[in-house]
This record gives sequence, structure tokens and C-alpha cells, in this order.
Amino acid sequence: MIALKNVSKWYEDFQALHDCSVAVEKGEVVIFCGPSGSGKSTLIKLINGLEDFQKGDILFKGKSIRDRDVRLPEWRRRIGMVFQHFELFPHLSVLGNLTIAQQKVLKRDAAEAEHKAMALLDRVGLRAHAGKYPSQLSGGQQQRVAIARSLSMDPEVMLFDEPTSALDPEMISEVLAVMVELAQEGMTMLCVTHEMGFARQVADRVVFMDAGTIVETAGAEAFFSAPQSDRARDFLGRLLL
Amino acid sequence: MGYNWNWGVLLQPVATGEGATYLGWILHGLLLTAALTLAAWLLALLVGTAFGILRAWPSRLCDAIGATYVSLFRNVPLIVQFFIWFFVVPEVLPTAIGDWIKSITPSTQVFVVSVLALGFFTGARICEQVRAGIAALPPGQLQAAQALGFRLPQTFRHILLPQCFRRILPPLTSEFLIISKNSAVASTIGLLELSGQARQLVDFTAQPYESFIVVTLAYIGLNIVILRLMEWIQRRIRLPGMMGA
Repeated sequence: MIALKNVSKWYEDFQALHDCSVAVEKGEVVIFCGPSGSGKSTLIKLINGLEDFQKGDILFKGKSIRDRDVRLPEWRRRIGMVFQHFELFPHLSVLGNLTIAQQKVLKRDAAEAEHKAMALLDRVGLRAHAGKYPSQLSGGQQQRVAIARSLSMDPEVMLFDEPTSALDPEMISEVLAVMVELAQEGMTMLCVTHEMGFARQVADRVVFMDAGTIVETAGAEAFFSAPQSDRARDFLGRLLL
Repeated sequence: MGYNWNWGVLLQPVATGEGATYLGWILHGLLLTAALTLAAWLLALLVGTAFGILRAWPSRLCDAIGATYVSLFRNVPLIVQFFIWFFVVPEVLPTAIGDWIKSITPSTQVFVVSVLALGFFTGARICEQVRAGIAALPPGQLQAAQALGFRLPQTFRHILLPQCFRRILPPLTSEFLIISKNSAVASTIGLLELSGQARQLVDFTAQPYESFIVVTLAYIGLNIVILRLMEWIQRRIRLPGMMGA
């Protein structure tokens, strides 16, 4: 479904990504982990064109992002994204956050968009908060709204960029619960996270990155029980102790 | 000091014999100042927003166009800009348009020129406020909108500008107040707005103190009305759970 082929990216002279290749099948949940600054978030953002890259190729359902007829807004619409800092629109109510893109991008009428939004709010347990504004919600609630907002566009893939790292510990589980449910329903997910318990629970595969390089790609069980590389062993050792 | 106070002069019929009082002249001037202020502020908002968007647009060319406008209109004294709009612009435009402009009633012509001069001058300042207001938003807002499939114009219209205007409402209020006072420059090209009327009053009545005291109060009154209006707008657009704008 998603394939990165020998992707390299530079910020001026600094090479942020070295020859990264990953292929993700439909319905797979792939976790990206590694020390900070290893390029995980950058890699995720390349997939929906929020960052550009200089070498290699990215395919979505066999189509290259470099193709001349690719329209980035349409490309991005089909790929959901959840950000570390939620990025809800503060000037819109929760309901407004969930309906605006449906109406402006998908051209759904107001009633249809609202119906969809309420169903999604139900699903993340926030129906009662539809009329509130983002600043009136806790971090965990905001992130659940952000996930619902992303789902309102009927994405075929979901990208998560450290969705719980800006949350207080007691709010992490409510967000992870929503993500686990999503994974169990068969959503294709690419997720940058430090939540190794969550990774263990839902991941089909784990991609371990360090210094802009994909060091190791392995099945989740294999990765956690017997990581192949020293760096992954070292990383897991420090994380789990 | 030997000055003969005569407040009664304000209610006397004017010497030009048009059935008005001197106070009527002042009220007429106040009305003209209010109309000029409002029209110029709306034009400034329009022009400033348009060029502010250009400055914030991710394109070097657009930014350069916006920056050129700003440096042109922000670095030339307002009074010089009035003279350029009044004397030079009709001459450098194609003859047909220039002739048409000169054929308009002088009072209308002077009013329109004043709106243009004040609007474009203040627009340059508002342009920079809009640019800064957009630049101050978290970069994630643009990314989030794009990730949902918004095109760039939609992102500005629905996501960035509504937040930007809430943030820059206080400086926009200042610009509104400043325009009302800068509008006095229009008297130099012959518009009989509030300060123009004040000078005319001095010429006709030789009572400068009364004239300028009344005109001063009129400016203060106008500014209080503007301030109340902006406070009302600010209350209307305030978001629940957020401080200030």
C-alpha cells in the first residue's frame, strides 16, 4: 500500500535520511521507533508530502508521489495524519473541527458531515463535547478529537507522529485505546511512538531507526524478544529497564 | 489675556448665508471625517489583507510583491502620498481616465482621493500585521490543514486568517483610531472635514479657542465610538476558554 524506496533527504548539507526503504501492506500496523533525532518523524511526514526529499521514491498504491499528475491535496486527503501537538483548529468547535474539511474538501453537505462527525465522536467517546472548543478539553481529549477529525476524511492509511508524547501519563492510555481499536479494525497504520507496550500489543512490524538510517525491520515479536542489531538492543534495554 | 470668549458664536448663522450655523459646519465636518475614516479603514483592511497574504504565501515572488508595496507606501510621508494621489496620479493615468477623474465634482474627487491615500498608506501597516499574525501561528496549523487535503487558498481562508485576525484585532483597532486622526491631512487638498472646518471657522469668526475646543471634543467623541465598536467586535469573536482575543 505504501512503499518508500531508497529515500534520502538533506537539510542543506546535513543528511537527515539515508537510503530508507519500507513497504507497508494493507491492514498492517508498523511502528517506527528509535532515539530522538533519528529521522522517524521526518520519514512519516514525507509520506503525505509535508516534507520533501531529494532522492528515492514514495509509492501509495503503486503510484509515485513524484508523478506529474499527482495533486498533493488529493493525495493527502486519502492519508490521515495525527500530530504530536494535536493541531486542532482553536477557532472552531469540536464539531467544526470535524466537519470543516468534510465540507470544504470532500464537498459533503452540512447534515452529512455533521452526522459523520457525531458518529466518530461517539466512537472516541466525546459526543458530549461536540459543542466545546479545543482549549476547553484536556490533552487526551484533544488528541482523540484529532484522530476523529482525521478519520472523518475516510483515509485509507493513518500516520501517527508521536501521538502521545505531549500528553500527561494518565491521558496516554485513553488515546492508545482509540488507536488499538483502530488497529484491530484493520486500519493500515504507520506510527512513530515511544510507547513500547502499545507497540507490542498492536504492531505487525517494527522499524528501528538511528541517525537517519533504518537499522532494523522485524516482526514485532521478533524485535522485542530478540533484536538483531546492537543499537536496537541497547535502545530497548534502556527503555524497558 | 484679553481674549473675548463667545460660545454663542457656534449657534450663529454662517456668514456665507446658506442657512447653516457654525456648529452645523462642525457637525458636517465630523460626519465627513467619520465617513472618510470608515471607508479608508475598510480599504486598508482589504488592501492590507491582500498584500499580507502575498507576504505570507510560500512563494518568493509573492513575498517580493508584498514587500515592495510595503516599502513604497510605508516610507513616504502621508502628506506626500496625498499630493501624489491628487496631483500626479490623474496625469499619469491614460488620458481618458484622467479626464474622467477631473470631470467628477471636486468635493467627490477630493473625498475619493483621501480614501485612496489613507487606505493604501494604512494598508501597508496592516499588511505587516497580517503577515506577522500568520507567521505567529504554530506551523502545525498549516500542516494539519494540508494533511486534511485543504488547498493552500482554502487553508488561508478557513484556518489561518480567522486565527490571524483574532490575534491582530488590538493593532487593527489602533490603525482605525490612527486613521481617524490622519484623516485631517485631507484638509490640505481641500476636503472640509473636521479640522478643515475648524480652520474655516477661525477664518470666519475669529474665535480660534472655541472652534478648536469643539473640534477636539468631536475627535475624542469619534475615537470613543470607534473604541466601543472594536470592543464589541472583540467580544463577539472571543473564543470560549481563551483569554483575550
